[in-house]
Amino acid sequence: MSESSTVFPLLTVTAALPAAGAILTAAVPAARRTAAKWLALLVSLGTLVLAAFVVVRFEPDGARYQLTESHAWIEDFGVRYELGVDGIGVALIALTALLIPFIVLAGWHDADPLETRSRRWRPTQGFFALILMVEAMVILSFAATDVFLFYILFEAMLIPMYFLIGGFGDRAHTGSDENAAAQRSYAAVKFLLYNLVGGLIMLAAVIGLYVVAGNFSLTEIAEARASGSLEMATDTERLLFLGFFFAFAVKAPLWPLHTWLPNAMGEATAPVAVLITAVVDKVGTFAMLRFCLQLFPEASKWATPVIIALALISIVYGALLAVGQRDIKRLVAYASISHFGFIVMGIFAMTSQGQSGATLYMVNHGISTAALMLVAGFLITRRGSRLIADYGGVQKVAPVLAGTFLVGGLATLSLPGLAPFVSEFLVLVGTFARYPVAGIIATTGIVLAALYTLVLYQRTMTGPVKEEVRAMPDLKARELVVVAPLIALLLVLGVYPKPLTEIVDPAVRHTMSDVQQKDPRPEVEAAK
Amino acid sequence: MENLIALLVAAPLLGAAVLLCGGRRLDRAGHRLGTLLAAASFVIGAVLFFDMLGRGAEERALHQHLFSWVPVESFRADIAFQLDQLSMTFVLLITGVGTLIHVYSIGYMEHDERRRRFFGYLNLFLAAMLLLVLADNYLLLYFGWEGVGLASYLLIGFWQHKPSAATAAKKAFLVNRVGDMGLSIAIMLMFTTFGTFAFGPVLAAAGETGEGMLTAIGLMLLLAACGKSAQVPLQSWLGDAMEGPTPVSALIHAATMVTAGVYLITRSGAIFNAAPDAQLAVVVVGAVTLLFGAIVGCAKDDIKKALAGSTMSQIGYMILAAGLGPIGYAFAIMHLVTHGFFKAGLFLGAGSVMHGMNDEVDMRKYGGLRKYMPVTFVTFGLGYLAIIGFPGLSGFWSKDKIIEAAFAKGGTEGWILGAVTLLGAGITAYYMTRVMIMTFFGEKRWQPAPDADAVPSAEPAAEDHAGRMPHPHESPKSMTVPMILLAFGSVFAGGLFSLNSAFVHWLEPVTAFEHGHPPIGAAAVTASTVVVLLIGVGIAYAQYGRKPVPVVAPRGSLLTRAARRDLLQDDFNHVVLVRGGEHLTRSLVYMDHTLVDGVVNGTAASVGGLSGRLRKLQNGFARSYAVSMFGGTAVLIAATLLMRGV
Amino acid sequence: MNPVNYLYLASLLFTIGAAGVLIRRNAIVVFMCVELMLNACNLALVAFSRMHGNLDGQIIAFFTMVVAAAEVVVGLAIIVSLFRSRHSASVDDASLMKL
Repeated sequence: MSESSTVFPLLTVTAALPAAGAILTAAVPAARRTAAKWLALLVSLGTLVLAAFVVVRFEPDGARYQLTESHAWIEDFGVRYELGVDGIGVALIALTALLIPFIVLAGWHDADPLETRSRRWRPTQGFFALILMVEAMVILSFAATDVFLFYILFEAMLIPMYFLIGGFGDRAHTGSDENAAAQRSYAAVKFLLYNLVGGLIMLAAVIGLYVVAGNFSLTEIAEARASGSLEMATDTERLLFLGFFFAFAVKAPLWPLHTWLPNAMGEATAPVAVLITAVVDKVGTFAMLRFCLQLFPEASKWATPVIIALALISIVYGALLAVGQRDIKRLVAYASISHFGFIVMGIFAMTSQGQSGATLYMVNHGISTAALMLVAGFLITRRGSRLIADYGGVQKVAPVLAGTFLVGGLATLSLPGLAPFVSEFLVLVGTFARYPVAGIIATTGIVLAALYTLVLYQRTMTGPVKEEVRAMPDLKARELVVVAPLIALLLVLGVYPKPLTEIVDPAVRHTMSDVQQKDPRPEVEAAK
Repeated sequence: MENLIALLVAAPLLGAAVLLCGGRRLDRAGHRLGTLLAAASFVIGAVLFFDMLGRGAEERALHQHLFSWVPVESFRADIAFQLDQLSMTFVLLITGVGTLIHVYSIGYMEHDERRRRFFGYLNLFLAAMLLLVLADNYLLLYFGWEGVGLASYLLIGFWQHKPSAATAAKKAFLVNRVGDMGLSIAIMLMFTTFGTFAFGPVLAAAGETGEGMLTAIGLMLLLAACGKSAQVPLQSWLGDAMEGPTPVSALIHAATMVTAGVYLITRSGAIFNAAPDAQLAVVVVGAVTLLFGAIVGCAKDDIKKALAGSTMSQIGYMILAAGLGPIGYAFAIMHLVTHGFFKAGLFLGAGSVMHGMNDEVDMRKYGGLRKYMPVTFVTFGLGYLAIIGFPGLSGFWSKDKIIEAAFAKGGTEGWILGAVTLLGAGITAYYMTRVMIMTFFGEKRWQPAPDADAVPSAEPAAEDHAGRMPHPHESPKSMTVPMILLAFGSVFAGGLFSLNSAFVHWLEPVTAFEHGHPPIGAAAVTASTVVVLLIGVGIAYAQYGRKPVPVVAPRGSLLTRAARRDLLQDDFNHVVLVRGGEHLTRSLVYMDHTLVDGVVNGTAASVGGLSGRLRKLQNGFARSYAVSMFGGTAVLIAATLLMRGV
Repeated sequence: MNPVNYLYLASLLFTIGAAGVLIRRNAIVVFMCVELMLNACNLALVAFSRMHGNLDGQIIAFFTMVVAAAEVVVGLAIIVSLFRSRHSASVDDASLMKL
């Protein structure tokens, strides 16, 4: 069966390009390191162009899933290779394709071998190949509309990520090399174990879903659920929902399943940390919107109070812990946990503002964290330390670096005019409309965000210039090329987010009707 | 004509963008470009003003819709402007005073290597402040609200190499954020109640919902106003904000930004009018701050901090007036404008004094400066007469009306408020006279400046001159001209506004106006104001004018010592919030490591322990493996047979 | 003759083999005991084949013989190399396969 064979398989190609690029990059001979880097950059830019085509070809007001492809794969189990994107998928594919070139460029020297071990020793090639591999899988998982296909990708992603975390650590570690290697492998194993456990529970739920529904197609099952032709016992639905949700909550990460993230982000190089939090983790929140809500609408509503509570804890707890960190990268990691709390809260508030806000938040958080983390990475590489206390007065010696760091930080604290503000406010309004108390508690997050960001900025950038940073050079051309577009994007999306909301809104409307929820009406109007 | 509104904001925004991204190339021309664009904004404002005068009172408001900002289902936030009489007043004040201060800064910041960036930040501030007052909905207002907070943060911390400046900047932003929380909750409440947060529909529909909801919205707006306008209990940042360069203190922390809270309350008048409880809270906050700021102002020896206390207190007057409802709105705004003139003038005068005194800020080390800085002395003196409300000068007209309105509130409340405002006027006269005498009269008390490090708020130029005798001298033209212009404003603005109640009639279509009748008669109020004023001046003269001022501050009474420490509010914050917060985060970090992570690591460890025990079974002896195999087989067979038997 | 008797014999032989495997230390003897067990099984299979009247059991017996022959080759080779390196044929001496 290949119904859509006449149409150009744009989504497959968009994912296949980085995959092919990964193989090619890995095959570049050891001596031609620079060629491998350029190849990876070109491939990621090519993917960006393809993703731009996806955005252009996508019609916001058209069918729910577009650019669909469907091919038989494992017929005995009804597993199909089914792709298709809605507005949310398009936005996230665009984000992924957009960030990878910056990640590649920022990590340009991160995997240069320190010594030549043998002629076959080529870590650089491996580093960039793994990044491209992750990109391919993430893009495909945003497009997969077959539950089994999604599951495979969801798990397979762990393999390249494991090697990226464990194999290419931050060189700015404290303590001996062996100690650093031990911490790195601890972080990598922790990442793998957490996500594997989540994935295995999800596997059980996937099989359970197959037993109940008889196939793996998201569209078919969702349709059958909506039309009532597929009944699920309440308990079954709830168990399956929990199985799926657990895996996504680990990935997202939601309190109390978050502790792998600070370790992983702290030990990985800054670009890989961005890859984790800005790209890979988004698969978790995306999957909550797409799978949890569509497949198990009743169970989602049943679990909402608990999930909102967990999200609230994540918001406040993540922010408080960020305040208490002494390590720049771990601080950003805890800030991300706080932001993921906002995203999850927006999804489960079940209002169109909340869900649109959550989707925008995923995109905006990706961009803002990338900006902040990559600049932090440049800073850390210069000084060779991740500890906040080792810095001071950088503003005086490297004003451009400090300025971009400040803009990244201001985006993290959701200053109006920068993109994250729009999404955060939408999430807050959306939540407040249904759960006023949760909305108000979450608002304290904006004060705490200002606290950790400004304390970080104050301690590293202002004050008397520390002796060790006196000779610190300002941003180089390559680094400016990384940061400037991200900042420009933050500004543009902060003032004119309409193109994004136009793509996302119809998808949110569909999801809202899946869970049979309507926005609460304003009090004055309701009274009339 | 309405298409010009966007240009008002765009001009300084362009300046900020060019100056901040332009790099070193612009170092030489940057300040001129920044000043030019600020002036351009003022000219556009003036054109719009005269255009507005040409129309009837009810048709004066202009609207401009640029584009839709955040459209999500029923959530509609637009980038759209509304220019009515209230906004117009602010536009002229902001761009006018702003331009003067740009000019002043050219001289004041001449020796600073980062002058270009300073002008970039100033332009950024102007753009954000104009956005704040021109917005036609609360979310866009919030945009400007946070924008001015950012500009204020950047400018307070402009001399970032000083830890005290960096800390003060952070503190200002954080305290403001607490207020911002109030504003965002207010917007959320509006959205869930009215389904919109544009000024027009919300204010029109204010009467259609319950008083409880309106009170909640009002209180949240008040919280926001407290943060931005440095009102109790969120006032603690303003004193520290004086770490910024003096033009910044004049523009942002005296004339414009800190008055945004008054704007917010006046703009939301319809909500407050229908929620008396919220209004009462506003009045109480205003009254408390009025006294708080005045008392703090009496005890400070740092000239800028004394003026900061005074700012707090004067804004307390405005907030109080705004809380009185339609009898007070117009006077709140009028006092805001006159205060903008004389307080900016006073700060610029203080800056001029510091400029001539090696950036010394301690008034105990001034004295007798009137001979050395005649222009500064005269302009500062006129500002001084205006702020204490000397009959005929600007401050008199606006403050007197507020005191009248306070009495006119009626009942016990009216008497209490009237008494508080009168008392405040007396204290104002006292501390301003003290500043005046300590700075310009008496013996000269200056001495070689100690090490730059020892002076907490020494500005960078001080490092160059460390240890030298100050040579008091008059400031350059670029600094004195703005001071003179502001002095004109301080003298004549109030009288001009009060001719035929021109200002009240101008604002009436927006804020509504009711004439308040004080129970003791307007003339009696005025007379008692003048009496109180003279008493205040007299006490100050007796204390500081008749005997020499000690160079080292005497220990002082308990109240003085507390007032020097901002009435212990910072100590309270430090103990409760800072220390408490540190403990909380530290224990949470510990908990995250031991408890949350501990559960996971514990599971891993117990699995490891179990497998360690199981490992012992594997002893390497082939025969023992054989036994277990046979045993296992035997068990299996037995089980099979048993199953079959059953 | 009653084919059940063959089964008794087979189980007797198997028990002897099993006991030998468990009790004896000499690798050669253990090995021979394993062979004894295999052959006991063969005997049982042939007896079953006879009892049920089809040839499946006999075919499996042939399989077993082939496997046993292969096993002898590998097993003896291991024992010989073990003896060469350790100068002992005791199975308890070769207890390195533990953690």
